[in-house]
Amino acid sequence: MATTVAQPVEKTNYLNADYGIKSWLLTTDHKRIALLYLASVTFFFFIGGFFAMLIRLELLTPAGDLMQADTYNKVFTMHGVIMVFFFLIPSIPAVLGNFLVPLMVGAKDLAFPKINLLSWYLYMIGGAFALYGMINGGVDTGWTFYTPFSTTYSNTNVSMVAIGVFINGFSSIFTGLNFIVTIHRMRAPGLTWSRLPLFLWSHYATAVIMVLGTPVIAITLLLVAAERLLHLGIFDARLGGDPILFQHLFWFYSHPAVYIMILPAMGVISELVTCFSRKRAFGYYFVALASIGIAVIGFLVWAHHMFVAGISVYAAMVFSFLSYLVAIPSAIKVFNWTATLYKGSIRFTTPMLYVFGFIGLFTIGGMTGLFLAALGVDVHVTDTYFVVAHFHYIMVGGAIMAYLGGLHFWWPKITGRMYPESWAKLSALLVFVGFNLTFFPQFVLGYMGMPRRYWQYPPEFGVLNILSTAGASVLAVGYVFPMIYFAWSLRYGPKASANPWRAAGLEWTVPSPPSTFNFDETPVVTWEAYNYDEIEETEEAEVVG
Amino acid sequence: MSDSQTAVHVLKHHFRDMEQQNETSSFGMWVFLVTEIMFFGGLFCAYLIYRILYFDSFAAASSTIDVKWGAINTVVLICSSLTMALAVHAAQLGKRKVLVGFLIATIMLGGVFLGIKAKEYHDKFVEHHVPGPSFHFEVEPEMAEKFHAIDPAKTEIFFSLYFLMTGLHATHMVIGFGLLTWLVIAGSKGKYSPIYYSPVEMVGLYWHFVDIVWIWLFPLLYLISRHH
Repeated sequence: MATTVAQPVEKTNYLNADYGIKSWLLTTDHKRIALLYLASVTFFFFIGGFFAMLIRLELLTPAGDLMQADTYNKVFTMHGVIMVFFFLIPSIPAVLGNFLVPLMVGAKDLAFPKINLLSWYLYMIGGAFALYGMINGGVDTGWTFYTPFSTTYSNTNVSMVAIGVFINGFSSIFTGLNFIVTIHRMRAPGLTWSRLPLFLWSHYATAVIMVLGTPVIAITLLLVAAERLLHLGIFDARLGGDPILFQHLFWFYSHPAVYIMILPAMGVISELVTCFSRKRAFGYYFVALASIGIAVIGFLVWAHHMFVAGISVYAAMVFSFLSYLVAIPSAIKVFNWTATLYKGSIRFTTPMLYVFGFIGLFTIGGMTGLFLAALGVDVHVTDTYFVVAHFHYIMVGGAIMAYLGGLHFWWPKITGRMYPESWAKLSALLVFVGFNLTFFPQFVLGYMGMPRRYWQYPPEFGVLNILSTAGASVLAVGYVFPMIYFAWSLRYGPKASANPWRAAGLEWTVPSPPSTFNFDETPVVTWEAYNYDEIEETEEAEVVG
Repeated sequence: MSDSQTAVHVLKHHFRDMEQQNETSSFGMWVFLVTEIMFFGGLFCAYLIYRILYFDSFAAASSTIDVKWGAINTVVLICSSLTMALAVHAAQLGKRKVLVGFLIATIMLGGVFLGIKAKEYHDKFVEHHVPGPSFHFEVEPEMAEKFHAIDPAKTEIFFSLYFLMTGLHATHMVIGFGLLTWLVIAGSKGKYSPIYYSPVEMVGLYWHFVDIVWIWLFPLLYLISRHH
């Protein structure tokens, strides 16, 4: 496999092939669509982050002095809606996945380029609905839209925001559909399933969840909107409807949605950990099949969100057991990444720092998930900050860490420029320290009994909340830094070679940035994934020769 | 010779050959239909749960819907699936006029279906069976005799689901009309040939799916109480 492709002089690539706003808004090139997603996802991330900042500022002091209770309800709802539906779910798949899936399978584009563009427009339309609902008075149900909060007892813009999430769901469905079909039908000759990069395995599993789960939340939110607008009684207990049915339907999607966020992150980690250990992925088949296992079992655990919602004790026991089961494939991945590190020649680059952050934080997040899967403990900590801390360890400590790591890793491929390494290391450190300072105190707070979603609290919880808000400030700096130096690197960053990391994978065999159609001729794959031993041998031979 | 020119013309840039392109589009359509199953699945799930909880009310409400019209509509829709299948066959053989004729026949049968559906909705409106403030369900004596635990409030849930499920189905048919009209226009311009007819095939799959949804809706909504 070629690792030292000579960089041609100012060849046309996908960025300079065409200019003008139309060439971007009507593009069907998966790489340009990935950049459209990158810009819009970043925009929503900072809006969601702004609401997070308001939450932490309010909780700096025990009294509800910054805003009123109603305002606080709206703020945490909008933080959740934006971050879950408009940042975390599309982040890695729609940005990195969009860019990399065709490159990694050796194809010129995704299977359905126009549908790919359509999915971005649906995302933007859904986002516009949600933003309009927020500006025009907000929504206060929590991101979960639980009935009857969202039907009988809320006078806010529930319908508007629900329709926004509904439309956005189709963007997710189309992305998933495109990935499944592309991975099945567009692979280059010789690229068998057992040679696929683990990034593709995890995106395949993610896509399956998107395709099977998202329609269910779509119909559920449609029912909520119908209930509000047409006064139907599907979830209204006064008319004989059942509010708990809403929770079942909602979590049937929204629990697997957690895996939509974490599975692509796991794929990123697998690519990074192999590259910077210069080793084949330990237990390739186990890591690959663990993705599928997580996708399958992930669909069978939803009611662990409902242990106190009035489901039968036997159902609760079954769901508790199944929730423990899903820990097995997750643990397989963590053990295999760790084993990949063993005796590897590790390089502490920025992406690798994010990998270490991910492995540690994901482990803590996953283990505390087991506390919550245990029926007795869950009753104690339900709706406390323990739960908040747990899922932020998975989503911020896991998914966002991996997203940032992946963004740094593939930045040279995407833009053709290197980012400044020392600034990037500093911000990785800030993110790690800030994150732990923000969320570790919340485990303690939750275990002590501080409930989530309240705008004030007893003064005894003061110190830990101050720590948490201080951590959030550090974290914010850690997130703003990359924005600045990534933008800086576009103009002043050193030019990147085709393969600056000496990484395996088809995406590194083409120039940085790639040409519009990726490959001049269809590649033929004759090697296994992560053949770092062969790459090292070739390089040594070249040096000796 | 002319065939190979067509193939060059219709092969999209990112596919290696027509075989890959055709397989890809049909596989994509099947995956899309899976999402459609999950989409309707949420409603079917809600329906089944309430049907078990409030069986008598559901059966009583169901008995006010006219089976005759539902049965006629089932036949109409199955016929439209036949004409759709024949349209795909005509496209495969490259018979332009036959293709357009069968597509128009499919649209017309679909129109008959929606016309009958509109008549049924109208009947429900006149009977005050549309959920909302003016909803009213009269329990007739023979109904009360047949089903013991009728609660008029629960029949409103039945009608909510009835309108949601048939309404979502009808929405899919309207989308189908748009797709079929597009095929008629493109087909009469001679865009489809034995080498390239996958749009006809895809819309065909979609139309059959919509048909199958009705095959499930008809017994669930119309025939609940027939075995009494």
